[in-house]
Amino acid sequence: MKEFFTVAVLVGIAHSGIRLAAPYLFASLGEMVGQLSGVLNLGVDGIMLMGAFAAFYVVFMTGNLWLGLLAALIVGALMGLLMAVISVTMGAEQGISGIGLYLFGLGLSSLLFKTMIGSVESVSGFSTLRIPVLSELPIIGPIFFDHSVVVYLAYLMVPVSWYLINRTTLGLKIRAAGQNPEAADSLGVSVNGVRYITVIYGSAMAGIAGAALSIGLLNVFQENMTNGLGFIAVALVYFGGWRPFGILGGALLFSTVNALQLWAQVLGLPIPSDLAVMLPYVLTIIALAFAVRQVRQPAALTKPFERGE
Amino acid sequence: MQKRTIWLLALISVLILVIAGCAAPAAAPAAPAAESGGEAAAPAGEPFKVAIVMPSTITDLAWSQAMYDGLVAVQEEMGGESAMEIAYSESMFNVADAAAAIRDYANDGYNLIIAHGTQYGNSMFEVATDFPETSFAWGTAVDTGKDKGYENVFAYEANAQEGGYVNGVIAALLDESGVVGVVGPVEAGDAKLYIDGFATGAKATNPDIAVNISYTGSFGDTALAAEAANTHISAGADVLTGSAQQVVGAIGVAKEAGVLWLGTQSDQSSLAPDIVVANQVYDWTGSIKDMIAKIQAGELGGTVYTLTLENDGLKIVFNDGYATPDEVKAAADEAIQGIIDGSITPLAE
Repeated sequence: MKEFFTVAVLVGIAHSGIRLAAPYLFASLGEMVGQLSGVLNLGVDGIMLMGAFAAFYVVFMTGNLWLGLLAALIVGALMGLLMAVISVTMGAEQGISGIGLYLFGLGLSSLLFKTMIGSVESVSGFSTLRIPVLSELPIIGPIFFDHSVVVYLAYLMVPVSWYLINRTTLGLKIRAAGQNPEAADSLGVSVNGVRYITVIYGSAMAGIAGAALSIGLLNVFQENMTNGLGFIAVALVYFGGWRPFGILGGALLFSTVNALQLWAQVLGLPIPSDLAVMLPYVLTIIALAFAVRQVRQPAALTKPFERGE
Repeated sequence: MQKRTIWLLALISVLILVIAGCAAPAAAPAAPAAESGGEAAAPAGEPFKVAIVMPSTITDLAWSQAMYDGLVAVQEEMGGESAMEIAYSESMFNVADAAAAIRDYANDGYNLIIAHGTQYGNSMFEVATDFPETSFAWGTAVDTGKDKGYENVFAYEANAQEGGYVNGVIAALLDESGVVGVVGPVEAGDAKLYIDGFATGAKATNPDIAVNISYTGSFGDTALAAEAANTHISAGADVLTGSAQQVVGAIGVAKEAGVLWLGTQSDQSSLAPDIVVANQVYDWTGSIKDMIAKIQAGELGGTVYTLTLENDGLKIVFNDGYATPDEVKAAADEAIQGIIDGSITPLAE
């Protein structure tokens, strides 16, 4: 057993935690926008799988990473369109249709993978982009400025999402659609139009989250490779209290504890592995129960909107 | 064109329903119904029908693929689809779904049903009680239920520690940093055997080597396995290994970082030809052939199969794309011989 709390190990944990949080950020921040407008989309994991496959396939065939990212965005948006038609226009029960969308994405991505690729392959994904000067800083540099491009993009989405929600007219309409759709409607806001936009946007982000895995962090595609990551992303929206920086905190807490337990195992700390892998989940639940102040969810969440009299 | 696209989409949706329907066993190797329509013409009458229920997929480059590849090899040897049919159900991580699939296959008159996971044992024994004329196999396990009166159950296991030991020897010889890392799934079954064997082999070759071991707590958490590989590399490891289907994430990371990889269960060389040195490959063909021969002779179960280096069930396959030094290959051969003749015990103590 070696020294655990050395600078090198702590830097390693922080670095890992930041990287691990990236896919959650894309997916959660997108899901948050949808929920703020009143639509709960539980299909995130399936959309991520479709995005992961689309990005991987395009990169596998063309080698163009940005084209791959675009493909994930488009495929995610299409999945979102499907979700919007089912849950907004047709007013289907959101929880059920989300699970349906998840199974659809899981099955379709597996089928496409089998027919179009067939075996597990790897691609050269986004490589690490060391930010000049900043990455030279002691401690701070290796933790924050030595990541893949997709990781920077994920963190950029935090202030962007905050700005969108709190400082734009669209953000105001989104929140109105989720809090009081009748009032929003009487003021001339197209509630269902706004919900279409948010669900499609959120799903496109979930597609990017999948791409962040398949062409950013892992550079492989495997059936069901998200392994339920999308559901954690939905939970993080609640954890973060529907606020971008709350979600950032939740994602970082979960990921950093995960990184911590990996390091603890690698360095041979005498903790049973079964206990170690539970740690991120247990701590997140504890934090959720005690530390996070109660935030009310959007009043019209999961409620389809129909124009009354 | 438009119409064709719509028709295609409709077709795809139907196929997805079949796949996502999970419990509904999917028919095997894209065998078109038209082709099996010719089975009436098959000289030996009915083909031998094998079904397998697996926790991951036939393309997982690990546990499930190893068994599926074995079945396909036996099928080819027996004379193709007309002599042997294979049906499979993938991604049965939910044991209740697996139980339903096992029962469906039994109802459908399959001759041999393979429950490819220790976790399926209880469900399989339940079905085996109701279908005494059908043969079942499960693994990794050593219990055929003989003492409880079952006569239609085979069991199989892999002495994964043997190839683990050999991989450990190879890792220790190629390692320069003094640290090697293991990306483990769950601390149980053949994964644990493999990892323990690996650590023993590495330590026997270089007593000063540090073998860092981590588990992700899952077989399919590809993202966490990748991060585990990153962590091992940050902690100084320059040779990695790992087990279960999730390792493709770790191999992706190893490839990016230029760190060597040793595989197990299936041949993983194709995924990263530059850095995969060698693989312990599970070859189930011998076991499957023997089961089929026994079943055809009227013996429906009772045998435990163990893959070992000695019976060729375990093979060390070097990757031709990586120039392994001759002395490393020689040391690996020596370890293989030692394990076969018993002078080396691949598990410490």
